[in-house]
Formats: sequence, C-alpha cells, structure tokens
Amino acid sequence: MAKKEAVKTVREPLFHVVKRDDLPWWKAWLIRVATIVIAIFLVGILSVVVTGQSFGGTYQIMFSGVFGRLFEGHTTMLWKYLQEIVILLSLALALTPAFKMKFWNCGAEGQALMGGLASIICMIELGDKLSYPVLLAVITITSIFAGALWGVIPAIFKAAFNTNETLFTLMMNYIATQIIAYYVYIKGGGSNVINPVSAGNFPSVGGNDYFVNIMIVSVITVVMYIYLKYSKQGYEISVVGESQNTARYIGINVKKVIIRTMIISGALCGITGMLLVAGKDHSININSVGGQGFTAILMSWLGQFNPFIMVVMTAIVVFLRLGVAKVADTALLNSSFSEIMVGIVILMLVGCEFFIHYSIKFKHKKEAAA
Amino acid sequence: MKKLLAILLAVAMLVLCFAGCGAAGGEEKSDLKVGFIFLHDEQSTYDKNFMDAAKAACEAMNVDYAQKTQIPESKDCYDAAVELIEVDGCDIIFADSFGHESFLIDAAKKYPDVQFCHATGTQAHTAGVKNFHNAFASIYEGRYLAGVAAGMKLNEMIKDGKITADKAKMGYVGAFTFAEVMSGYTSFYLGAKSVCPSVTMDVKFTGSWYDEQKEKEAAQALISGGCVLISQHADSMGAPTACETAGVPNVSYNGSTVAACPNTFIVSSRIDWTPYFKYMIECVQNGKEIDTDWTGTIETGSVVLTDINEKAAAEGTAEKIADVKAKLLDGSINVFDTANFTVGGKAVESYLADVDTDANFEKDTEAIENGVFYESKHRSAPYFDVEIDGITLLDRNYG
Repeated sequence: MAKKEAVKTVREPLFHVVKRDDLPWWKAWLIRVATIVIAIFLVGILSVVVTGQSFGGTYQIMFSGVFGRLFEGHTTMLWKYLQEIVILLSLALALTPAFKMKFWNCGAEGQALMGGLASIICMIELGDKLSYPVLLAVITITSIFAGALWGVIPAIFKAAFNTNETLFTLMMNYIATQIIAYYVYIKGGGSNVINPVSAGNFPSVGGNDYFVNIMIVSVITVVMYIYLKYSKQGYEISVVGESQNTARYIGINVKKVIIRTMIISGALCGITGMLLVAGKDHSININSVGGQGFTAILMSWLGQFNPFIMVVMTAIVVFLRLGVAKVADTALLNSSFSEIMVGIVILMLVGCEFFIHYSIKFKHKKEAAA
Repeated sequence: MKKLLAILLAVAMLVLCFAGCGAAGGEEKSDLKVGFIFLHDEQSTYDKNFMDAAKAACEAMNVDYAQKTQIPESKDCYDAAVELIEVDGCDIIFADSFGHESFLIDAAKKYPDVQFCHATGTQAHTAGVKNFHNAFASIYEGRYLAGVAAGMKLNEMIKDGKITADKAKMGYVGAFTFAEVMSGYTSFYLGAKSVCPSVTMDVKFTGSWYDEQKEKEAAQALISGGCVLISQHADSMGAPTACETAGVPNVSYNGSTVAACPNTFIVSSRIDWTPYFKYMIECVQNGKEIDTDWTGTIETGSVVLTDINEKAAAEGTAEKIADVKAKLLDGSINVFDTANFTVGGKAVESYLADVDTDANFEKDTEAIENGVFYESKHRSAPYFDVEIDGITLLDRNYG
C-alpha cells in the first residue's frame, strides 16, 4: 500500500490536460457568451476602479463612445462604428482562407498598404485624366492586383523552396511600410503629409461616406462563407490545411492551392487598402492600416474561420476599443488604458477556447472515477 | 452544468443591479465646452505641452473640456471632431498636429456653427472657411534669445582659453529639413552670432520628431565633430542626455531638462499655448471672430524661456537676455534682419517663400520688406527656409 502511493506521487502530476471533443455545440456557445459577458463586466469594474465613475455611468460613457446620441436620432457615430467593424472584418476575412490552409499569413498589414498605395497613385495620377466610373474601375483592379502581388510572393517561395511564410510575410510588411514612407516623401514634400485627394473618392450615399465600404464588406462576408463552405476550392483549402499528404494522395495540386489561396488572401487585403484610401482617408501614410492587420489574425481565429462568427467577434472588439477609449478620454487617462482593457478581453476569449477544447482532470477526481 | 447556470444568473443579476442604480449622468456647469484632438498622449513632450496648456486655460476660464488622444492624421481626425461635437457638445474644436488640418477643414465645413482652431497648419488664410483658424507662435524669437545665451557661453569659453574664437562651432539636432525646423535653427544661430561673431554651426537631421536613440547618436556625432555646444529641435531626451554625459553645454527645447542635466543645461525656449486657448475661448464667449491666422509672441506670453541654469550659463546671461528681449519687443532688433546674414557671401534682397499651400510647393510670396525677412507675418506657421552662410547641413532628411 505505502509502496504503491510512493510510486503514484512520483509519476502523477497534479492535473492532466485532456483533449475533449464531446462538448455539445450549445454548451460551447454558452461558455463563449458567458465569457464575453464576464469580460465586459470585468472591463466595467476595472474602469470604475481606475476612473472613479459610477458603474452605470461607465457603461453609459462606453455606449456614447460607440453609438453617440443614437436614441436622439444622430446616426453619425453608428456609421463610424460600422466602418471600424468592416475594416477589421475585411482583413480577418482576407486572412481566413490562408489560415484555414495553415499558411500563416502575417502580412495583412503590408498587403493592405500596397492596395492603398495603388489606390492613391491612381487617384493622384489619373484623377483628372479618366472619367469617374473608369477611374473607380482602375482603382479597384490595381488595388486588387497590388495586394495579390504582395501576397503571392511569399506563397511562391513557400511552394517552390518551402520558405517560412510567417517570417516572409512579416518582412514584406516592413518593405511595404518603407515604400509608403518614400511615396509620402515624394508627394508630400517636407511636410510628411499627403493632403486628401478629391478625385476617385467612393460616393457618399445619403450623405454617408462609409455606406459603400460597409456594403462591399457585407458582400465579401457572404461570398467568403459560401466559398469556404460550399465550393470545391474551399474544400481543397480545408484538405491542404488538415494534411498536405492526404491532399497529394487524393490528387490535389498542393502548390497550386497555396499560390491560388494567397492570391485571394492578398487581393482581399488589397481591397481593404482601397476601402481605407478611396473610401475613407483619401490620403495615405505609414499608419493607415494602424496595426489592424495583426488584430485581424486574432479575429479570424476567434471566429473559428467562420465569416459570420467573425462579424460578431469584430463587433465586440471594436465596441470595446471605441467604448473604453471614450471612458479613458472622459477620465483624461491616456490610451494605454483602452489597449490594456481590449487586451484583457481578447486574452479571456482565447482562454475560453482552451477550456472548450480541453478539459482539466485533477488527480483526485480521476482516482474517484477509477 | 448547474454550477455554470448559477454563475451566469449571478452575473446577470449583478449587471442588472448595477445598471439600474448608476444611470445618473453628469451635468455640465458651463454652457461652453472645448474639444481637444491630440496626435499622441502625454508621453510625447509635444502633446504634453498642449495638454498642460489646455488644462491650465480651461481651468482659468472655468469652462469644461473634452479630449481625444491618439488621433492619427487621417479621416479619424474628422470622426473625432464629429464625436466631440455631437456626443460631448463641444463649441470649439482644437487639433494639434500638422496633418490633421485637411480633415479638420472638412469638419469645419460640415459644422459652420462650431469654431475650429488648428496649430501649425498653413491653409486657413487660403481655404476660405470662415470658422477654421490657424495658430502658431513666433518661436523664432524664443530661439533667438536662447541663441544669445549660447553665444554668451561660447564667449566665456573663448575668454577662459578653452577654445579659440575660430573653434566656436555649435551643433544642432533637427527633425526634418523643412521650414519649421530651418527657421528655428537659423534664428538660434543668429542669436548666438549677435554676441559671438565668429560662431559657426553644424546641423544633423534625424527624420523623426521622437527617436531618442537617433537624437542621442546625432548629438554624439556632432560633439566628436568638434561642436562645443549643442541645441536641438526634436522631442526626446536623446540630445540633452548625450550632452550631460559628454559634459557639453546644451540649449534645450519644449521645456527645462535641468533635472536630468544639472551640469550642462543652460536654458530652454518653448511655446506656451495657454494664451491662445484663453483667447479662442474669450472670442467665442463674447461672440467675436477668432483670427484666421493667429501668431503668439513674446508679448502675448506665448513665447517663453525657462529659468536659466546658473551653473552652466555664462555670467550675465540673464541681464543680456532681458536686454535683447526688450529690443525685440520695441522692434529695434529683427531676428531675420538681412544685414545680419548672407547667402553665398552676398546679402539677400528678395526672397519668394512658399506661403500658400499647393500641390507643387510653389514659391508665391515676397517675404523681405525694408531689409527684413518677416517670418510669421503672411501666415502664422514658419516659412523661412533660406540656407545661410555659417551653417553647414551635414545631412538632409525630408521624412
């Protein structure tokens, strides 16, 4: 008896992490929703502690930072919120086919910047030479091409030489940033700023500048869902992602799929760049994408590569980003506060995925079961 | 499962309970509210200078204010202005970065009843938008005074036999090679030259408003290149700390660095924005028009010097500065008097400056009248970009 126990204490750790796949879908979703509620609750508590506002007041400020005075009929802030969602969503959607293929595209930032660069070049150089519809068409085509080019270069190297795509796409970001910096220097003179260009702007619909952006991304969302779920190419992406050997065995040309998928991924990033330049800023600088290419990686993962879940996830994260920023500004705190809060929430969401996919079995429980 | 449900219910109850009891909103005491848009936050000395002034001015005038920090130079600036107006109910919007300007003008067109003020911009005098205004300060006068302190220090070094008159070379760390910086280092140089005629100056550019390492390296390179005094126009502590380590006197900017550099800090010039903020609030309170292009001066209290560090400064510096300041105020000294500088060995009689903003940076306005280059007269933001004799640009950086 004593001998048996001694052996056990040496060999058995305090707990085991066990993979589980028996969790029903509704239970998994209950955990996710609960996590989000707790996360928002936690952000509220921390805000109260730091700012000294009342609890309800904090949420009121958060709400006003996102929706403004929506109930009084002012919709401007709501449109801004939707615009922020679609930009992040659009980047997440762009990354999804690549991620599903287990191709770690960390280059959304650079691919979007290159798309934006193509847009601004067209707007500046061709703005007075082409008619408006033709100009818009040229902007769209060149942006898609520029983004796709920036995405396909690492893919070709991966397919041909098996280079590490994570490092490669990251490095491509730096190159893109420097190209933008150089272009801003040429066009902005010493001042480091390109003044907004009036040619080739997306039309405003009903006085709303962001309507076109929102429509375009809505369409992409639906198309991406269908593409991944019901098309043959979408299926090929899943198979390559699961196992390249299996893919080869059933006759899928893996190199072709990698290159094709990265063209799509890069092209969608290029479109996002266009939405930012032609649909929003009408100018460009090295911070135009503002690091959202990296946040989008998380959004794609948290959305489990499902475009519609990504809509919900981006809506939550952008809500917190804008809302907490308002709380911080109202309390005259600096922006680190909202970064910390959003970081906590994302960490909790990632953590909750862990507990959905794995369960922790403690030693004594196991004994009892045995 | 039961446990989970219990937790959920508990959370829901808590949320409801708190949401119920805390619904009282904050009331505004004042009927006027100012909204500030900042490029970064207080970690940048540039933005901190504005934020301190915003607080001081609004407290002194007893008005409420709201702020948005970390607003990039993009449509986000427009959106921030909309938010400050529609959600916070601001009547005046102020933005502090050069690149905010075009987006702020768009917002000004959309909200004609709100006053928009913008620092360091150049377009108000040509944009034709009545409620959009630019502001800056004649900081070149402050630089000139700081230059006088530098010249006094050089004279002391020559007198003490530490250097000979022909070795009186200063170094200057600048951010970008454009008018705002060029106007600054030239006035600094002319200030030094007014008391120490043999002075020369080397300039290096970092290509960034805030890069501590680059600014440090630039200062070190200038020191090893024979510069015996350093000044800078960039926002980090890089150059001042490099000077303290090397034991080289430093004339600072944006505020005193005496705490970190007790042995080498001489004096610093900076723009105090409090007078402008008070002015714009007063204008709106009294229904007066705000100047399209407002230039703060020594007289308005916008251009200020910090306390002089007696330990590093030459004897009699304070008296000399007070004397020169009086002459600047009564107009008997003009900083950019063409009698005091030459280009290629010749006096400059005429100079076309790029005052009106256009895509091709065309030179459009004659800046010299009666033998004086009038800076900040045709618009508040600097446009002096003449490369004068005695100053050597070791490199250039346009961003």
